Amino acid sequence: MVFVWRGIMENVKKNKRQYSGFEKKEHQQGYLFLTPAIIILTIFIGLSVFYVVYLSFHKVNLFTKEYTFVGLQNYKRVLTDHIARIGLMNTLKFSLVVVPVQTVLALIISSVLNSNIKGKYFFRTVYFLPTLTSSSALTLIFMFMFNVSGPINKLLIDANLVSRGINFLQEPEFALKVIMMMNIWSTIPMYTTMYLASLQDLPASMYEAAEIDGAGSLKKFWYITIPYLKPITTYVLLTSVIGTLQMFDQAYIFSNGSGGPENSTLTVSLMIYRYAFGTQNAMGYAATLAIILAAIIMLISRLAEKANGEERVY
Amino acid sequence: MKKKNSAGRIVLYVILITAAVMTIYPFLWMVSASFKPLKEIVGGNMKLISENMSLDNYKYILGRSSLFPKWFFNSFIVALIGTTVNVFINTMAGYSLSRLSFPGRDQIYHALLVLMMVPAQVLLIPNYLILQKMGLLDTYAALVLPSAANIGNIFLMRQFFMNFPKEVEEAASIDGLGRYGRFFRICMPLARPTIATQAIFVFMGFWNEFTKSMLYIKTASKYTLTLGLQSFQSQNAGTMWHQVMAAACISVFPIIIIYLIFNKYFLVGVRMDGEK
Repeated sequence: MVFVWRGIMENVKKNKRQYSGFEKKEHQQGYLFLTPAIIILTIFIGLSVFYVVYLSFHKVNLFTKEYTFVGLQNYKRVLTDHIARIGLMNTLKFSLVVVPVQTVLALIISSVLNSNIKGKYFFRTVYFLPTLTSSSALTLIFMFMFNVSGPINKLLIDANLVSRGINFLQEPEFALKVIMMMNIWSTIPMYTTMYLASLQDLPASMYEAAEIDGAGSLKKFWYITIPYLKPITTYVLLTSVIGTLQMFDQAYIFSNGSGGPENSTLTVSLMIYRYAFGTQNAMGYAATLAIILAAIIMLISRLAEKANGEERVY
Repeated sequence: MKKKNSAGRIVLYVILITAAVMTIYPFLWMVSASFKPLKEIVGGNMKLISENMSLDNYKYILGRSSLFPKWFFNSFIVALIGTTVNVFINTMAGYSLSRLSFPGRDQIYHALLVLMMVPAQVLLIPNYLILQKMGLLDTYAALVLPSAANIGNIFLMRQFFMNFPKEVEEAASIDGLGRYGRFFRICMPLARPTIATQAIFVFMGFWNEFTKSMLYIKTASKYTLTLGLQSFQSQNAGTMWHQVMAAACISVFPIIIIYLIFNKYFLVGVRMDGEK
């Protein structure tokens, strides 16, 4: 906020001339209209950023509200923290599966929707449904489907794939996989939308030229659509990585905040929450982890912005 | 050539229908389970429709002993107040940044661009401590205040007013309306479509919000719907699926209704077909 103030002061100095009464009134009105927004954003974003940096250099006891300066200790702790390593590994595993799968599926669905087919409106409406639903309702629906005596297990038993229901929710081997499926399912519509926006600008003449050369649908998809969508694909990939890095609600609800079973659903964001508000009472350290995560996210979103020209990621 | 084309066509429809079924099936299961007794859900009856369907689950969760109706009401109030506040604050700020000239305007605009880059995760801990110092924890103000302004929507309104003809305001000015009269009685009503787009997404954001409610609200009777759903499930240790699904149905319902009514406003932000 400091540089904003300096900017204003420079402006005041530059414009040595006196403002007329009419102009002064407009200035006042300008500030007045902005005041509520500025107050909210200054406190809950601007000030908060300084606060979180301050916290990262302190040991904080949430109960006694004691702050002890510890220098870089929190930052050093990250390197030796095995829980942080688990959280990072889970998130990496999660991203490595979710990002490519959702990108490919979104690419296919959007290309099909963009071709000349009937019922576009109907399919579009249906595909959009997961986007409208809250993460808590979505997570509960998936937990219901995957519970020991739920529909998925019933299907597997009927197909003779398993003899007894698998406890997807409590087995460390399966829990993260269920969240992966849920996340892929619920975020595809968003990426489909991004692709469709880009496909609208693809000139039909490119397809027509390819048709004259005798190219079939698959060839057209492979040699025209995919290369054309390369920049937006970079953008989708990076946005998707950011989304998976921030994944919190689904893992929290799924494990009731514990990151269990056996830390298998402990993502980076959930780990930060547990350090800050859990029994460890390590808010300063949690702030440090949050800053590191934010730095990674900002770096990736800079890359995404470059890939997509001007548009912002969030 | 024609034959090959229609074969390809079938493949396209197969892809579309498979994706649609995969998307909609979890919802159908939710709706179906919400009408069935628990015994049947866990007993392995896979049919979506059965003769044992009744409104019992809904009667239970909406009944007197349940906090569920209160949570629904809480969510509605928070979303309604949050949306109203957002609409005014964002529209006023967007108007100021595009229509009024004053020293420092460009610097403020650039500062907002910078603030917009800050990821939400990093704000959670400091916001919690700030709200604690303000004594607002466990109140609805804690849910509304930090989200009372939205930079993305401020920019949306700024964009709208930059393309808004100046003559309209000038005419109103000649008719004797002052700045505030012009803003509230001319500009805001004419900005209705853009405001509606903003309002729908803000409302949806508040309605579906989970993390903040979970962090800031501690008293069970003050829970919002999303938090209530989660606590309902964890309390019952995942056994009361019939009631959990009925509750989930009720939580999804209002947004689907809003989506069906205001479909065209969703299209402003998201155009999924190649037409228009």
